[in-house]
This record gives sequence, structure tokens and C-alpha cells, in this order.
Amino acid sequence: MMDQLHEPGLAVHVEDLTVSYQSKPVLWDIDFDIPPGVMAAIVGPNGAGKSTLIKSILDLVKPTAGHVTIHGLPYRQQRRRVGYVPQRSSVDWDFPTTALDVVTMGLYGQLGWIRRPGRKEKERARAALEQVGMLDFADRQISQLSGGQQQRVFIARALVQEADVYFLDEPMAGVDATTERAIVRLLHGLRDSGKTVIVVHHDLQTVRNYFDWLVILNVRVIAQGPVSEVYTADNLRRAYGGQIALLDHSAQLAE
Amino acid sequence: MIAFLSDFTIQNVVVGAMLLGIISGVLGSFAVLRKQSLLGDTLSHAALPGICIGFLVAGSRSLPFLLGGALLTGAAAALVVLMLGRTTRLKTDASLGIALSVFFALGIVLLTMIQSTGNAAQGGLESFLFGQAAAILRSDLYVMGAITALAVILVGLLWKEFKLVTFDPQFAATLGLPVLALDVLLTTMIALAVVVGLQMVGVVLMAAMIIAPAVAARQWTDRLGTMVGLAAFFGMAAGVFGALVSATARGLATGPLIVIAISVLVLASLLLAPQRGIVWEALRQYENRKHLRARQVLSTLYRLAAEHNDPAYRAEQGMIDAYHGFGTHAALKRLEDRALVTQTRHAPETTAHWKLTQAGIAAAQADRTENGEDHA
Repeated sequence: MMDQLHEPGLAVHVEDLTVSYQSKPVLWDIDFDIPPGVMAAIVGPNGAGKSTLIKSILDLVKPTAGHVTIHGLPYRQQRRRVGYVPQRSSVDWDFPTTALDVVTMGLYGQLGWIRRPGRKEKERARAALEQVGMLDFADRQISQLSGGQQQRVFIARALVQEADVYFLDEPMAGVDATTERAIVRLLHGLRDSGKTVIVVHHDLQTVRNYFDWLVILNVRVIAQGPVSEVYTADNLRRAYGGQIALLDHSAQLAE
Repeated sequence: MIAFLSDFTIQNVVVGAMLLGIISGVLGSFAVLRKQSLLGDTLSHAALPGICIGFLVAGSRSLPFLLGGALLTGAAAALVVLMLGRTTRLKTDASLGIALSVFFALGIVLLTMIQSTGNAAQGGLESFLFGQAAAILRSDLYVMGAITALAVILVGLLWKEFKLVTFDPQFAATLGLPVLALDVLLTTMIALAVVVGLQMVGVVLMAAMIIAPAVAARQWTDRLGTMVGLAAFFGMAAGVFGALVSATARGLATGPLIVIAISVLVLASLLLAPQRGIVWEALRQYENRKHLRARQVLSTLYRLAAEHNDPAYRAEQGMIDAYHGFGTHAALKRLEDRALVTQTRHAPETTAHWKLTQAGIAAAQADRTENGEDHA
């Protein structure tokens, strides 16, 4: 029997989520919702638990309390509808493989056990590489790619999953301005086709240009909602506290 | 030679060494890529108490008991490492080191205890420390062969799963792969490879068999499949080499010879492999430095000419040397070959002088624009 849908109208629904490492809470009583079809940013100071939030939604970190639903069902039943782009620094790029092979990995879940990727899977991976403008680098060893190119390969690996909800952990960290623009254009394209895109973001100054939904986090949820309502000097000050230098400029932008 | 190769013992040793090379090359590749090189070391040292316990239980030197015991204590050590990692703040290398020394110490205690009982059947239990290839029986080979075949088939079947878990375990988890189970399976298979190698190279040197073929193979290729195949081949080649060399004379230990052979392969690969080899890297750097020096000298000549307001300014070589702090003759010759400078005289001085050609001036200007320097 089908599980009863819980908050089916929301792409992501998080309730009472608490995560602690060695009894120190990293995330405390998190409640937030993200409607479908938005491009949402999760911002907050260092140590606010941004990456941990994504990881606990994706079941990579075990929460001490709380639950998460994706389009109305627990994450475990919705894996196929979720794409994930981890931080680029989370893997060793000297691994002996090619860009095309990394993108093909996005299809391993759909392939099932033992079956090897065939021509059809390679074609889909190529199409994803083309979408991020990296088809020319398909056969390149991944350590020979620049940081921005590696990031685009990671995004292609999520695209090939053809998910409905995408989680990206700092995709704009350490990439050049051209790549950043290309990534943003790509993510806007996903949103415009009805997908939900959720990005851990570190650059407050671009929030209003890039995103339409915002979650401000510092262990707790400080504020959430449409960017136009949530991106205020007051909210940022509450989240960033002492980090004034960073704040002042962004606060000016917000006022 | 034919008689030599038909010797029963030598045949056993050669086949055993080949099997060991294959299994340790294949599984070692994954261990090394997962940054678990030390895991092999811990598992093999932790096998020693298991061998002793197996002996005590069986009451004799019965191989299935010894290897079964080795596998059990190896697994126990792996479990200790896993628990230490999950429940404490210890880094993996510290956990591995702790497990290694505790289990090995326990093994030595048991070993000396067994030896002191004067049990006649204990004959040569200490040979598991450094291996005793000549003691391998045909029946042992069947066990080794079965384990190796199992490992190779499993890696073949679960190829893409092992690859993804090795490269990006978190992403693998989001696809629904049972990362922990695959982790345990890989670790168990590495423990099995260690068990295969115990008689041949012993607990102390076994780690080299896990690490070395994989490290050597990684130097030559950028594809996982090629790396695993090459590692198996390197391990096999070293095994056969060690087995044959030790057979040529008395008193040559097979296990250490195999380890030396694979170490030579590692050294050669680190130095000579195209792309990643140290020698080629050094050559590339040398070429770059030469190129850079030539550009610096060209730029110096250009600035001297600019300061003297004379495009044909003749700079004395000794002066250029003194300015740069190194002999610039080679760099000037290279520039001359590219027709960017020409050698001239400046009477009454008899020393070498150099001036820029038209092409040299153009090249220096282009270089300065590229570096964002103003046009002096």
C-alpha cells in the first residue's frame, strides 16, 4: 500500500530536524519548506550547518530527531527524484577515470546491480556533458580539468539523473566568473522547466540576482521565504552576528 | 631448465606466487585508491594472533585452522578500526596503527608461548612472520586459487559499484547503494588476499604486496580498468621472478625476493612512467626553466636598449651575467638560434656583446604586453 502523502504540495518539507555530533547540536529544531519550481539558496555563516542540512536531508548524516519528505514521501522512497552535487573537494580528483565516466556514474542507481553501462547510458552522459558545455572534455582524465570544469562535470552527473529536486553544495565555490554565470544560467533553466533547485551558497552579494527563495541558517532557521521578503539587513545581522565587515556591504544591498 | 621447471616444489611456489600477485594487485588497487594502504598492513599483522589461536585450537599445524584464525583476527582488527573511527575523534591512520600494534603484540606473545611449550608439532609457526614459500603444498594452491578466483569474479561483477564507492562514497549512498556493506565486502576480500599471502611472504611483508603493485600500476595509466589489470600483472611478474630466483640457489628467501622485485618495479614506475614519472616531470621543469631564462634575458636586453635610447644597444655578456646572477650564455645562444639576438663586438673591448634584432624587439614587446608591463 502506498504511504499516505505528507505535505505533497511541497518539494522539500523538513520538520523538527536536529543533528548533533558528539552531543553538540549542529542543527537545532529545523523546520522549513521549499515549494516546487523555485531556485532556493541556503546561506549562513561558517559552521551554520548548511552542508549538514543537505546531508541530513539526503540521509548521509543521521539526524537525532525530525523527519524529511520530498514531494510528500520520505527521501528513501524518492531517491530517483533527487539529484545531488557534493562539494567538489569531497573527492580525490586524481582518481583514474574520465569526465564521461564520472557523469555515467549518475546512472548507476537506475542501472541496478551488476549491469554495466552500455551505449544508451554513454549517450545520455554525453548529452549531459553537452548541456554543461563539456562535451569536448569527455575523454579527459579528471585531474586535468580546471576547478570550474570539474564542477561542471559534477553538475552533469546530477543532470543525467533527470531528477525533480536538485541539491547543490557550494557549486560556485572556487570557480571563475564565466563558469559561475554558466552554472547559474543552467540552474535557472532547470527551475524554468519546473524543477526545484536548492543551493548552499556562500556569496551574499549575489543572492538577490540568482535566487527567488531563501533560507537563512545558523544552527537554527533564522528566516525563510521569498528572497524579496527574507533578504533584509535585520535577518542577515541575526544570522551573521559579529561578522560585520561581510555584513555591512550586504546589508546596504538589502536596504 | 626443463628439469628445473618440472621440479614439483618450484612449480608450487611459482603458481602460488602468481596467484598471490593477482589477488593482491586487484584488491590492492582499490585499497590504495581508497587511501587505505595501511589497512593491508594492519590486517596482515593482525593475522598473527589468529594463526596462533588456530594452532592452539587444532593442536597441530593444520592450514585451514591457521588461515581461518588469521581471517577471524584480521576481521576483528578491521572492526576495531571501524569502531575507533565511529566512536572517537581518532584519525584513521592512528586507529590503524593502534590496531596493528596491539594485535601484532598479542600474536608475538602467543607465538613465544607456543614455542616455549616445546610442542614438536609447532615446527615452523614462526615462518608465518616472513613466509616460507617452499612449504606450500599442492593442496594449499587449490585454496589460494579458489580465493583468488572468487575475488576476481566478485570485482568483475560489482565493478561499477566498487568504482563508485571508491571514488565518491557519499554520492553512491544517495543512489541507494549499501556503502557500508560494500565497504565491509572490500575489506573482507583484502583480508582474504592477506591470508593467501601469509605462507608466501609472511605477515610482516604482506602489506608491500597490497600497496606496491597498485602504486606502480597507477603511474602508467589514467583508467581504473587498466590500473587493476596492470597491478595484477606486476604482482604476478614479481611473484614469478622471486620464485624463480630463489630456486636458483640455496638460502634465498622467496617472500622477501618477491617484495624486492615489486619494489624495484615501483621505483622504476615512479621515476620513468610517462606523464607522472619524476624523471619526465624534472625534464619538463628543466625545459620550462630554460625557456623562462631566455625570456628574462631578452627582457633585460630590451630594457637596457630602452634605457640607452638605442634599439641597437650592445650589451656586454658579463654585465648580463652579473645582472641575472647566472651564466646567460646558453640562454643567449638559444635566443640567437631563434634569431632574436645577434652577437657583436664593441671595440676596443674584446668580450662578447649582444644586441637585439628587429624580431627580438618585437618579441620582447609582445612579452611585456602579455605581462601587463607598461611600454617603457
